[in-house]
Amino acid sequence: MIKIEHLSKHFGKVKAVDDISFEVKEHENLILLGTSGCGKTTTLKMINRLIEPTHGKIFIDDKNFFEQSPEILRRGIGYVLQNNGLFPHYTVAENITIVPQLLKWDKKRTEKRVAELLEKLHLSTDYLNVYPNELSGGQQQRIGLARALVADPAVLLMDEPFGALDNVTRSKIHAEFLALDELKRKTIIMVTHDVQEAFELGDRICLMDKGKIVQDDTPTGLLFNPKNDFVRGFLKEQRLQLEFKAVKLYDVWKWLPPQPPKGGAFDLSTDISFWTSLEQFKFNRSDDINIYHKDNKEVRSASFEQLMSAFYQFKKHQSHE
Amino acid sequence: MNEQRQTLWEFMQQQSDKLVEQTIQHIGLTFISLFIAVLIGLPLGIFITRKKQFSGAILGIAGVLQTIPSIALLGFMIPVLGIGAKPAIAALLLYALLPIIRNTYTGIEGVDAAVKEAAVAMGMNKWQVLFKVELPLAMPVIFAGIRTATVITVGVATLASYIAAGGLGEFIFGGISLNNTNMILAGAIPAALLAILFDFLLSRLQKLNIKKLKTATATLPLLLILLSSFYFLPSAYGSKLKAGFTPEFMGRQDGNLGLQSKYGLKIRTLVINDAVMYKAAYEKQLDVISGYSTDGRLKAYNLVVLDDNKHIFPPYYAAPVIRENSLKKFAGLEKILNLLAGKINDSTMTALNYKTDYLHQSPEKVAKDFLVSVNLWKPARNGNAGVVRIGSKIFGEQYILANMYSMLIKGNSDYDVVTKTGLGGTKICFDALTDDAIDFYPEYTGTGLLAILQPSSKVIDSLTGNKDATYNYVQSGFQKKYNIKWLKPIGFNNAYALMMREKQAKDLKIKTISDLKRYLESK
Repeated sequence: MIKIEHLSKHFGKVKAVDDISFEVKEHENLILLGTSGCGKTTTLKMINRLIEPTHGKIFIDDKNFFEQSPEILRRGIGYVLQNNGLFPHYTVAENITIVPQLLKWDKKRTEKRVAELLEKLHLSTDYLNVYPNELSGGQQQRIGLARALVADPAVLLMDEPFGALDNVTRSKIHAEFLALDELKRKTIIMVTHDVQEAFELGDRICLMDKGKIVQDDTPTGLLFNPKNDFVRGFLKEQRLQLEFKAVKLYDVWKWLPPQPPKGGAFDLSTDISFWTSLEQFKFNRSDDINIYHKDNKEVRSASFEQLMSAFYQFKKHQSHE
Repeated sequence: MNEQRQTLWEFMQQQSDKLVEQTIQHIGLTFISLFIAVLIGLPLGIFITRKKQFSGAILGIAGVLQTIPSIALLGFMIPVLGIGAKPAIAALLLYALLPIIRNTYTGIEGVDAAVKEAAVAMGMNKWQVLFKVELPLAMPVIFAGIRTATVITVGVATLASYIAAGGLGEFIFGGISLNNTNMILAGAIPAALLAILFDFLLSRLQKLNIKKLKTATATLPLLLILLSSFYFLPSAYGSKLKAGFTPEFMGRQDGNLGLQSKYGLKIRTLVINDAVMYKAAYEKQLDVISGYSTDGRLKAYNLVVLDDNKHIFPPYYAAPVIRENSLKKFAGLEKILNLLAGKINDSTMTALNYKTDYLHQSPEKVAKDFLVSVNLWKPARNGNAGVVRIGSKIFGEQYILANMYSMLIKGNSDYDVVTKTGLGGTKICFDALTDDAIDFYPEYTGTGLLAILQPSSKVIDSLTGNKDATYNYVQSGFQKKYNIKWLKPIGFNNAYALMMREKQAKDLKIKTISDLKRYLESK
């Protein structure tokens, strides 16, 4: 879907991005993770040509994208900024419909699409005629997301989209983000410095440092097969929580005892994180949960202790590999 | 004198036509300049946000323009753009430029970078970013700049009357020349009110919320154009010739008022500062001007004086005025001073003034050359029988006369001479004479009558235009009141006069003011 080849950006003598290559598959959610100044934002901005690369090639759907005019290109790529970048002189409705206006959609089509989006994002239509400064930070960020999604672009670029939000609002939006069907159909590249966020939202993570990609891997790959000490050091803090978030029930399935489902227990599917399954015990106060395997349709029940034991066996197995 | 005692309100009522006209001109002048300044300043301000390397230079130049004194800036404009509205508008717009450019630049620079980035990232091209994002968000700051520019322009526009562009400055500077407080206030108060009013209206505009601002932004250019057109209303009427009069001449009975009442002269008139008036006539910007009949510039610019055939300009014949005591003290002095009597006519005096003012010869040389040419010059005897003190006012003609008298006294008597030249105005010179600081100085009959004796208007009317009657009246008046004697007149009359370019006057066969009136009324 998106292919980056030998991309570099030099500012004078400083190599902000130094010869990086990676690919993003369709409907994949790729996270560019790193500290400030590692080149992750520069990389993102080169993908919609807000910054012109010094060297390198970018392909979207196998088309060399330097052949199109940047304006046309950008209208087909959604972009969400940390500080939302909403136009303070436009109402919410006007803000959301900027791209449809640029694409000269007719009024009916625009209105229909806006109504549909607002419903998906749990936003009331009452907001349409207010100005952004009258909304809370979380609402502003949702409007920013709506604005990026309105023309249904195949690609979505997000530059620290939740960085300005408080923790409570952020975890709420993370949950919505994961649940939103609209986003499951997108190819997303998201920049963040927040390791937790990267592990919660990313299918794959490119950990960057000093303009280079240190490791391009799945969350579990980064955790259990770190390429070097930098990666290990980067993930050291809150490691246990990261592991819980990165590991899916699918990963620990084979260490669960094959017990049939028990009545009254809660059903979970294998594609949720281990962390979420632990939360179920707390929220539902039951002793067991039923886990449904998506591929072979088998259901197993497990207690808290059985789950934890499966997790440690998985971990042990990983580090031996 | 009666005019001085009327109230400001009466004055404004009496002059309401003029007041309205000047106010309209003032508004027009302000807004044409402002409109053009916005047309230039806004794009320039936008340009320097795009090409930052020019921002220092452009803001610097606009800043320097701002520091040039307004009168000097108007002066610079005359050689390039002549007189009237063009140079005034050019000067005003230069003043208005800085706040507009600077606020446009600051306003656009101040737009949140994230908002600009979002606009670009969504696929707006650079014009869409400018018109949909940057300009609307910078508008409050840009409005503040226009507001500052408006107040500056309303103020500086009063100076436009110096170069015949009209406006409320006509009353202000006319009032200063004529020492008429009501007239000054009649110009100054409306000017101040205009500044306050426009500032208030623009401040309201600035405070409007974002939605209404969109409409306001659309209506502002229309409003500017509408107000600009005001300037052209009064100049819609015209006549074949254009006159330029000084503010003082405009308000005097023995000036424009007399021209209207005694001759019935109707001519399109501009008010102009006398420093630029002669040159403007020479450059055909003006056809008829009010000047002084012996001014050297008459000769320099080939102008002719129109005959005042109805005698509205009082005679200003020059003659030495001397203390009776001095005449007793210096025997034979009267005879020596009278040697010059009747020797210099208007054109001779004009030629002499021309030599000092334009050929930059020293007054001594001009005085000696003249005396030699009429066989009056004798070498100085270097006697020591006493010292005669000669005074003079502070302009070229008086310097020449003082030098002539000095040479005559030294050559024809054993007296020595000191000259005290440069005694500011009539009052300073005359006070020096009555205080026995000088013995004599050359004075003009008209000045003696109107500035020193100041008789009732009835007496002035009875004397009007009569050279001998005026001379006799001041002669006896000075004798009685101050014990000062008028000697015989030198011969020339340095009075107010209307003048035209020699060639044009000849072509149109205009020799007198009545001829001028006849020509203006003919079709």
